[in-house]
Amino acid sequence: MIGRKKLVIEEAWCKGCGICAAFCPKNVLEIRKEKVTVKDEEECVFCGLCELRCPDYAIYLVNMEE
Amino acid sequence: MPSDLVHLYMRIDHLPQIWCPGCGNGVIMHDVAVAIDELIHDEENSINREDIVIVSGIGCSSRAAGYLDFNSIHTTHGRAIAFASGIKMANPKLHVIVLTGDGDCSAIGGNHLIHAARRNLGLTVICFNNDIYGMTGGQYSPTTPNGDRATTAPYGNVDRPFDIANLATGAGASFSARGDVYHARETIDIIKQAIRHKGFSLVDVYSICPTYYGRKNKKGDAVEMLNWQKENLIPTARYYSMSEEDRVGKKIIGILSFNDYPEYTEEYAKIIASCRKARKK
Ligand SMILES: Cc1ncc(C[n+]2csc(CCOP(=O)(O)OP(=O)(O)O)c2C)c(N)n1
Ligand code: SF4
Ligand code: SF4
Ligand code: SF4
Ligand SMILES: [Mg+2]
Repeated sequence: MIGRKKLVIEEAWCKGCGICAAFCPKNVLEIRKEKVTVKDEEECVFCGLCELRCPDYAIYLVNMEE
Repeated sequence: MPSDLVHLYMRIDHLPQIWCPGCGNGVIMHDVAVAIDELIHDEENSINREDIVIVSGIGCSSRAAGYLDFNSIHTTHGRAIAFASGIKMANPKLHVIVLTGDGDCSAIGGNHLIHAARRNLGLTVICFNNDIYGMTGGQYSPTTPNGDRATTAPYGNVDRPFDIANLATGAGASFSARGDVYHARETIDIIKQAIRHKGFSLVDVYSICPTYYGRKNKKGDAVEMLNWQKENLIPTARYYSMSEEDRVGKKIIGILSFNDYPEYTEEYAKIIASCRKARKK
């Protein structure tokens, strides 16, 4: 099972630039009212690309406690 | 609560940073933090956090030295490499990393750049290259492409641009590379190699300034500007496998030149040692 990670959003830091959503390979994210939201968490493959490309460190992955 | 990495290497009380939505600077600063983190945790050859010094000049990009939580110094416009040279000469074991803008390092600071490169002084210079003076409102810089618009080039830029990576190579840098915002993972790996490199290393990282460069040149928003990078900036391996025809209009990212020319502080130490020896006789 790969689901040992979790997406976390720091909404207060998100500037709504749309980069994470545009380049997510699985179309998991969308921008609503200038903030990122998770549209389809099931599809997330935890690749971490959103975390690497967010200019504001507002979205990232954490390891879940075993 | 930000990520562990951000907690560990950034001054949280100064965040969120003041850069515009979609500005490339935040991504490049994160790349630097990830690169350093991976070098610190490299089991075979780790570097010491206390040996890292971050030096910047003035510009939007140069604010990164204020956000990154290392021994750091935010200097004056154009002089980051000059301050960094002094730090490196005083204590050659330090990893001195210069974070600078295209204006900071190739306009007002151009002389410091070429002479540090010529001497092969062991600094790592990471240029946040957004083709414009962001901080002062969008004046053209030495990297603004010919024909592009800026507040000081309302009818199009007459100048020819510098290619900063090639400029560094021409001046004598023993490591020169190009990265970008879109290819974050590739750029992190390039930055790691640049920091590891003993002589002068330069990484010209293509950034995006949606606010000035993007708007003045109708390049669209941050997403469109990154789409351009995705389509046109090609990592080394793929670039070399492409036909001449397919390469038209594309630019390579990766390590562009590399040699093991002697590093300046090591040569300087040899002179000191030989003088001391001569005096003892
Ligand atoms: C000696 C001096 N000259 C001019 C300025 C005004 N100034 C501040 S930042 C800057 C250019 C910034 O451009 P760049 O280095 O590309 O950084 P960016 O803001 O684009 O990241 C200039 C001209 C200054 N602060 N000091
Ligand atoms: S981790 Fe990857 S798949 Fe999941 S949301 Fe981020 S970019 Fe999309
Ligand atoms: S990349 Fe970051 S700042 Fe931009 S929309 Fe996504 S979470 Fe928000
Ligand atoms: S003006 Fe340009 S370089 Fe400066 S913070 Fe805004 S987008 Fe970034
Ligand atoms: Mg600039």
